[in-house]
Amino acid sequence: MQCDVCKQNKATVFLTQIEKGKMQKVNLCETCAHAKGVADPKGFALVEMLHGFGHGEKVATQPQERTCPNCGMTQTTFRKTGRLGCGACYQTFGEGMDQLLKAMHKGVRHTGRVPAWAKVVGRDNGRVEDLRVRLEEAVAAERYEEAGRLRDEIRQLTPPETAV
Amino acid sequence: MMKFATLLRKPPEWMLLDGPHRDIVITSRVRLARNLDGPAFPGFAKKEDRTTVMQELQPVVEGLPEMKDGFSEDLGGLDAIRKQVLVEKHLISREQAAKSGGSAAVINRDQSLSIMINEEDHLRMQSIRSGLDLRVAYAALDRVDEELDGLVKFAFHPRFGYLTACPTNLGTGMRASAMLHLPGLVLSEQVNQVIAAVNKIGLAVRGLYGEGTEALANLFQISNQHTLGEREPEIIARLERVIEQIINHERNARRKLVEDQPHKVLDHVGRAYAALRYAHILESKEALTQLSMLRLGSDLGILPSDLGRTIDTLLVEIQPAHLQINSQRKLGPEERDVLRAETLRQRLAGVPEPRPESLQPPVDPEPPVI
Ligand SMILES: [Zn+2]
Ligand SMILES: [Zn+2]
Repeated sequence: MQCDVCKQNKATVFLTQIEKGKMQKVNLCETCAHAKGVADPKGFALVEMLHGFGHGEKVATQPQERTCPNCGMTQTTFRKTGRLGCGACYQTFGEGMDQLLKAMHKGVRHTGRVPAWAKVVGRDNGRVEDLRVRLEEAVAAERYEEAGRLRDEIRQLTPPETAV
Repeated sequence: MMKFATLLRKPPEWMLLDGPHRDIVITSRVRLARNLDGPAFPGFAKKEDRTTVMQELQPVVEGLPEMKDGFSEDLGGLDAIRKQVLVEKHLISREQAAKSGGSAAVINRDQSLSIMINEEDHLRMQSIRSGLDLRVAYAALDRVDEELDGLVKFAFHPRFGYLTACPTNLGTGMRASAMLHLPGLVLSEQVNQVIAAVNKIGLAVRGLYGEGTEALANLFQISNQHTLGEREPEIIARLERVIEQIINHERNARRKLVEDQPHKVLDHVGRAYAALRYAHILESKEALTQLSMLRLGSDLGILPSDLGRTIDTLLVEIQPAHLQINSQRKLGPEERDVLRAETLRQRLAGVPEPRPESLQPPVDPEPPVI
């Protein structure tokens, strides 16, 4: 994808912002991103930037807010309501959610049922890795019955040539 | 498709069956939250987008073999009383009842499965069974989930699992719960200790109609809090183990009451019998408390053993919306209290007087859990 500002370099910085209910997207190369103050900790306003293309105008100091590119949910609204706007929001806000999830749940990794489309051959969503950790814990705590059960489960999920 | 009148008249399957531990566990329920991959969740979606999702999902859900000849209705097509009837029957949530257009409820013929479209998530599917039967309830719902999985694409993330509007439902999207009748623990003042212990191990305790509702009729809903990090069968097994322990505590409490304070038990049951058979004004709270004592009387041999099922039906039928729909008009609170007492007098007219000499402690149907 091409940079929206210089129309030359490859865009590596992708930004989305909601302004007056309208979603604005801009793709920038490293150089232009830097020149436009994207790296500036104070941030910038996307709309002003779009309007100011090539005019060398002063970049606004309003902090840029993390926004879901699919539904337009903003970090502020998410924080306020505690609800996400769509599935893609988990890509946008998910990274910082580990602490929240740790407080809410038993773990931070899903180990249950998987829909057909997500069952990729050769990928097990970290389940074997998860089971191995629990196996070690069970052995350390001398819970041998549980350890045996976990070992069987790992065996079932691992192809014979790579089995432990 | 089934008409609302049929749904109202037909008792749900769980009421006609005697599931395991039916004397203490009224029902077991499992709920799964699912969303479509792509469209915004109902709470954040624009009205048109919500309608599009509903128009896509409603025919798919109606077409499931389990939902054949079932009930299916746009919430916009139901008046407030009809929506409240569905809440009182535990078929839709209070949250969904507050919605109108762009949301739908699909319920199967025997009322063991209900699927809400566009509640907090695109799909909220529920399975309900008599007694302590969480595995069977889950198995029924898992089949529906599997079928839908072949028809639509669910929002899913390899690490977070099934994606939901609220992060508290993330992962399995599963909430399993059982409705327990615990008069023994309430009368012996042990119930708060039990609730505290249950909360401590990560399970939630709620009242008759869910979050924030009072523990009326000595009924308590126990459910899992965590949905992420554990597999569905593990969540269910853990919940089941805890519930079995509570059942034992309740049986022990009843046994102790019968042995140490038989007059207290007989007094409660006798007063409940008198109130329900002869009162002319009964507020909801009192009626529910008295029905709870009557059910205890039936469990302890003082009243006929088959009375339990009638009582479970009445717990629903004396709720405000049921009273109003059965009288086919809107009623004020005072009128409802009169009609409630009348309904109870009629429905309990043939019940013989309590027989104190038949009072007997509960027997364990199975060897106690160690
Ligand atoms: Zn550039
Ligand atoms: Zn989103």
